Amino acid sequence: MGFQPVKFYQTGTYTVGNRLLAPDERSVQADQARSNSINSGHRACQGCGEALGARYAIDAAMAESNNQLIAVNATGCLEVFSTPYPESSWQVPWIHSLFGNAPAVATGIAAAMKVKGRHDVRVVAQGGDGGTTDIGFGCLSGMFERNDDVLYICYDNEAYMNTGVQRSSATPPAARTATTMPVGAEPGNVFGQGKNVPEIAMAHGIPFVATATVADLRDLEYKVRRAMGMHGARYIHIFVPCPLGWGTASHDTIRIARLAKESGMFPVFEAEHGEVTGVLKIRRKVKVEDYLMPQKRFAHLFGKHAHPETVARIQAIADRNIRKYGLLDEGSNGDA
Amino acid sequence: MLKQIEGSKAVAEAIALCRPEVICAYPISPQTHIVEALGEMVKSGRLTPCEFINVESEFAAMSVAIGASAAGARAYTATASQGLLFMVEAVYNAAGLGLPIVMTVANRAIGAPINIWNDHSDSLSQRDSGWMQLFAETNQEAVDLHIQAFRLAEELSMPIMVCMDGFILTHAFERVDIPSQEQVDAYLPPFDPRQVLDPSAPVSIGAMVGPEAFMEVKYLAHAKQMQAIELIPQLAADFRQIFGRDSGGLVRSYFSEDAETVIIAMGSVLGTIKDTVDEMRMEGHKIGVLGIISYRPFPLEQVRDALIHCKRFLVLEKSLAVGMGGIVATDVRMAVTGMGLKGYTAIAGLGGRPIFKSSLHKLFRQTEADALPPVTFLDLDWDAVNKQLEREKHTRHSGPIAENILHDKGIVSAKFG
Repeated sequence: MGFQPVKFYQTGTYTVGNRLLAPDERSVQADQARSNSINSGHRACQGCGEALGARYAIDAAMAESNNQLIAVNATGCLEVFSTPYPESSWQVPWIHSLFGNAPAVATGIAAAMKVKGRHDVRVVAQGGDGGTTDIGFGCLSGMFERNDDVLYICYDNEAYMNTGVQRSSATPPAARTATTMPVGAEPGNVFGQGKNVPEIAMAHGIPFVATATVADLRDLEYKVRRAMGMHGARYIHIFVPCPLGWGTASHDTIRIARLAKESGMFPVFEAEHGEVTGVLKIRRKVKVEDYLMPQKRFAHLFGKHAHPETVARIQAIADRNIRKYGLLDEGSNGDA
Repeated sequence: MLKQIEGSKAVAEAIALCRPEVICAYPISPQTHIVEALGEMVKSGRLTPCEFINVESEFAAMSVAIGASAAGARAYTATASQGLLFMVEAVYNAAGLGLPIVMTVANRAIGAPINIWNDHSDSLSQRDSGWMQLFAETNQEAVDLHIQAFRLAEELSMPIMVCMDGFILTHAFERVDIPSQEQVDAYLPPFDPRQVLDPSAPVSIGAMVGPEAFMEVKYLAHAKQMQAIELIPQLAADFRQIFGRDSGGLVRSYFSEDAETVIIAMGSVLGTIKDTVDEMRMEGHKIGVLGIISYRPFPLEQVRDALIHCKRFLVLEKSLAVGMGGIVATDVRMAVTGMGLKGYTAIAGLGGRPIFKSSLHKLFRQTEADALPPVTFLDLDWDAVNKQLEREKHTRHSGPIAENILHDKGIVSAKFG
């Protein structure tokens, strides 16, 4: 790629992106060396966060494994939009078995590679939040506990989008889904205890756990590369906005993902053997309203019949994340 | 080599001789001794190269086998009963993907009420899953069928269950001829998969298929099993050449040439049936036996041919199609369509209820006399059943059925006879 000099007015903005980085640290859409593991022509919605996240994650894994990669896919949007028979977007050996067994299928492949002495071949399993935090959770935990040589990537869009936006255990409180409608005294999803799968993964003591968002693709690629540099069970949880399910504009996917991180709603961190080793600090703190308001799934919290107390509870969740993970620099309150 | 050995251990020896590359195991009685023995062989280095994976559920066991098989490894697991039901989604998936996994089913009843003893309800519930199912009569046959199963599965690229009666076979110590590695290597070539996940030649396995191609994929699964009808006798013939004994095949007849009455069954109960038939033939009864080895594919033509000279048949099966009658009997009746035979079904041995020769003598004589209803429940305690039916008629809150029956019978542990 050509090198573009950084102009003064670009510094300190988000839009400058790659150009602030050294050339070898930049991620680019078009690059001859890129494996394009998921080819164009698939049938994801416009602005799909999952398609973007998978493209960057799998290409990074391919680069790191010297193109010796086998991918497993749980049932879900990614599987359906990428392989409508007889077409396939996948340029890597790829298998889809069931909704809830991707981690176990990956274990089987890793075992086969080990027994055949193919130590160069690496295995990635991937699924949405439903396939990961709900129906595939048993197999995921089993794979972690055995420390099988698999990188599992969860693309979290916070509900069952493929079946028409139903609630999963990753759906945030108050969010509207097809099974948590914005009606009644407490509209939208309930305030449960939550199910923090990155932390549950850490509790297994596996070598590497990380979260990432599609708002920071360099960080996402770094984490995949870092994970691929290790052996054993590894887990990356990627926050991927869904324009269809969240009621956001297709062109806002990156912005929404960034607001999730900047509000503290989605802490971005990495951990090794159960201990947090790094966090992406909030650069410019925003209130959760700024994150919630552009999304129709939270529209019932605002306007004529607003629920400020609910928004306050969500703000409390974000504040807790900020405290817990140290997302703000010491002495800084952000700009909010 | 002749050994006095437990059925499970003998099967483990046979599996090891087949050089499996990935074995995944989740414990469920009465399958446990098989995978325990294999686990020890892998851990001690006797069975190598092989990965033995202790998984967290049967669903994971079959899923690991799916991944391993799709990546080109010879994959094996074993299960039974609730375990088989827990992995059902993956069982269908393995067949749909055409992956030649071999699985032992140590046949056991399905709850509720929970019951660990033998019948055939578990594997028969997977009748339409696309898996082939072979039933062993003895532990020798269980050993031999496993060796044949790998070849059959890999030849057709379809999965196969080798079914052996839980406890009756799995836990029985018998004389078994364990083949040599040279014999098995001569019979079973290394796994050469038809489809494989390989970075040097990427394929997508398990893509979404709509109405435009789904029926063809499903038909091909059927076509594979029709090919198996041809292949199973050939593999048994090859087996005889190398191992020097008859084992496997589709069906096995016993005195059926001149029989007017033929008893049809699967699995270890054939031994008791043959003993009973031996005694009846001494008394001049024209009675014979047809053992079904291949339940899926079901050998319609071979069953028909075996029954061509008889007047009537009785299917004695360790399974029940609730609301209908027999499961195996339905298939047999399909085979003899238009032959004008009298056909009877006896449901026997559910949940490990022993099948005594004395009961069979009576049953077979009733069959010969055409004095049976279409469906008979062998040795059913009608008093217990009727008492519960009465109770339900008079008492709205009649309580849990199984506990009522146990209470009425006044026994806390198994007592038979």
